[in-house]
Amino acid sequence: MLTYLNTVAFGIYPYIALAVLLVGSVIRYDREPYSWRSGSSQLLRRKQLVWGSILFHVGILLIFFGHLVGLLTPIWVFDFLGVSHGAKQILAIVAGGGAGIVCFIGATMLIQRRLFDARIRTTSSFWDIAILLMLYAQLLLGMATIFVSLQHLDGEEMVHFMSWAQGIFSFDLNAAHYVLNAHFLFKAHIFLGLTIMLVFPFTRLVHMFSAPVRYLWRTGYQIVRTKKGHSPAE
Amino acid sequence: MKVRAQIGKVLNLDKCIGCHTCSMTCKNVWTNREGVEYAWFNNVETKPGIGYPDDWENQGYWHGGWKRKKNGKLELKGGSKLIMLTKIFGNPDLPEIDDYYEPYTFDYEHLQKAPELEAFPTARPRSLITGKRMEKIEAGPNWEEILGGEYSKRSKDQNMAGIEKEIYGQFENTFMMYLPRLCEHCLNPSCVAACPSGAIYKREEDGIVLIDQEKCRGWRMCVSSCPYKKIYYNWSSGKSEKCTFCYPRIEAGLPTVCSETCVGRIRYLGVILYDADRLEEAASAEDEQDLYASQMSVFLDPNDPEVQEQARKDGVPEAWLEAAKVSPVWKMAMEWKVAFPLHPEYRTLPMVWYIPPLSPIQSAAEAGKIGWAEGLPDVDSMRIPVRYLANLLTAGAEAPIRSALRRMLAMRAFMRTKMTDGFEDPAIADLVGLTPEIIKDMYHIMAIANYEDRFVVPTSHRENGEDVFDIQGGCGFSFGNGCSGGESKADLFGKPKRNVRSKAMEAGE
Repeated sequence: MLTYLNTVAFGIYPYIALAVLLVGSVIRYDREPYSWRSGSSQLLRRKQLVWGSILFHVGILLIFFGHLVGLLTPIWVFDFLGVSHGAKQILAIVAGGGAGIVCFIGATMLIQRRLFDARIRTTSSFWDIAILLMLYAQLLLGMATIFVSLQHLDGEEMVHFMSWAQGIFSFDLNAAHYVLNAHFLFKAHIFLGLTIMLVFPFTRLVHMFSAPVRYLWRTGYQIVRTKKGHSPAE
Repeated sequence: MKVRAQIGKVLNLDKCIGCHTCSMTCKNVWTNREGVEYAWFNNVETKPGIGYPDDWENQGYWHGGWKRKKNGKLELKGGSKLIMLTKIFGNPDLPEIDDYYEPYTFDYEHLQKAPELEAFPTARPRSLITGKRMEKIEAGPNWEEILGGEYSKRSKDQNMAGIEKEIYGQFENTFMMYLPRLCEHCLNPSCVAACPSGAIYKREEDGIVLIDQEKCRGWRMCVSSCPYKKIYYNWSSGKSEKCTFCYPRIEAGLPTVCSETCVGRIRYLGVILYDADRLEEAASAEDEQDLYASQMSVFLDPNDPEVQEQARKDGVPEAWLEAAKVSPVWKMAMEWKVAFPLHPEYRTLPMVWYIPPLSPIQSAAEAGKIGWAEGLPDVDSMRIPVRYLANLLTAGAEAPIRSALRRMLAMRAFMRTKMTDGFEDPAIADLVGLTPEIIKDMYHIMAIANYEDRFVVPTSHRENGEDVFDIQGGCGFSFGNGCSGGESKADLFGKPKRNVRSKAMEAGE
């Protein structure tokens, strides 16, 4: 029974979550472009937002890319580079923990503001509050796993997670087995992470897809639109 | 040379009576929606004053517009593109809604529904954001109306630079004027350059600057980068919004709502041809006081056959070329030189220009005689200091303002002689370098201001631009999401934030 639930949660649920994330986002982008926004509330209350938001975003971006690189880089790359599993784990704990603290401070400021500032609370949608609390819970779970990790510093547990994540993306039907014996905290962290992906297209998180990095190399400083098919008389 | 056409605008401040009809009609058409209650695409300020939002002209604080770097290149005052992006999580230059004002309504219903009371029922204010009772209203969209508030606060006005504030704080020396403001539809818009999503654009065919509501992601860099603070963040939709120059009306050859409804008939619309290749050069003039002249240098003479030929090549329709020849904006800005750009030092090359107001000669009252200078009443003894107008309109250069004011005085003197004494005195015209014919034309357009002389707006040529077969059955103008409007009750992807007004009203408090 445990194996069955494990397979559902970590073998099948990831595909459901990823599919909803991708298809949902595409549909929203295509059908509801007016709803695609970052949802900033800085105008209504500047207090705490500037610092809270910067700390939160910097922290969570570091964590996000840390997970991305940490989980999806093939293990042989680390072996090739001569990075031992234990060393990689220590790096993950230190870097992730540091970014986690930064993110935690920011998120705490944002949550305090969102829940207890009348202006922000009244103008919040259900998902504005829910997604923030979900991210907060996810952050706390992630930070809590550090204490589990510290019990075994050989990095093997971490390699299991890498195998699982890479198994999911390479359609390894047995991927769930890699995490079967993982600590409850890790399982909860992964499950909540997948759930965040599931609800992603229905929340303001979609603004991640619009991160305006292209702005940096946009040519010219003036954008002029002509009506389509307009051809000057010659 | 690349010829483009823009519908430019001139506001004759000499005739503005501060009635706010422009603001009200604009509000009723464009911003009486959830999320933009605080936004006034058009507002009228009493000057001197810090304005709306608070102290918007203080670019040392808000960092709007452009700056000229040491190497002569322009950069957003907010910083390079990289710096701008670092502000994306929390923009330190973004005004808070209290810098505008917290929007409110009154419990009007209580006046009808109140039970029998000992005291007369009153309609008390209620916030349009939280829906909660507001015990005291701290600010409004026109908080300094007719010199409201303390002088010490109002005189923080940036245009008081170089003026003896103490003198004008005395009751008998007080001066005031109205300044209606809207989006400038700049030739070199800093909002466009600041938008990380590339959602803001300038339309080639008429120069109107618009925000693509479907591309806007709410990064809100445009709000801080516009030195006129004429882009507003809609907290309900999460998008920025701005004056649209009533483009659906302009396309149909109609004046904007604010212009159409102006009871003082102070607003003028007309085609201006300009050289798009020379914009950057013009906006980069080293001396701020040269920016007025350098902007004029990109405007092209519609009567010049060379310009006309190039304009045709660049796709400017024939009707627009004809309209450009009788454009009141061209006449006032370029031929008579009585209209000026608002704060050219922001380097955005604004396209809504202003005719400075005349004001009473101060010494007249005290000495029983009028100060005269070179055959006309002395503009330097007018109640509104020339310096103040120059700070507002020419980055502090007083000579062009003096000349414009003298021309307006000469127009009055010339027409008074004509009406009362029955003859035209060419000497008066000579005083200000004009001819009787030009002065009569000025009088016709600036004083009589008939509808068809104020608004010379050619219709847009959609047949050149769009495939009408494609857009048949479309919804025309809507607020996003094509025909759906994104307003269905059950919306999977997040709808505009909830209506506090109706919620609060239902709840009772």
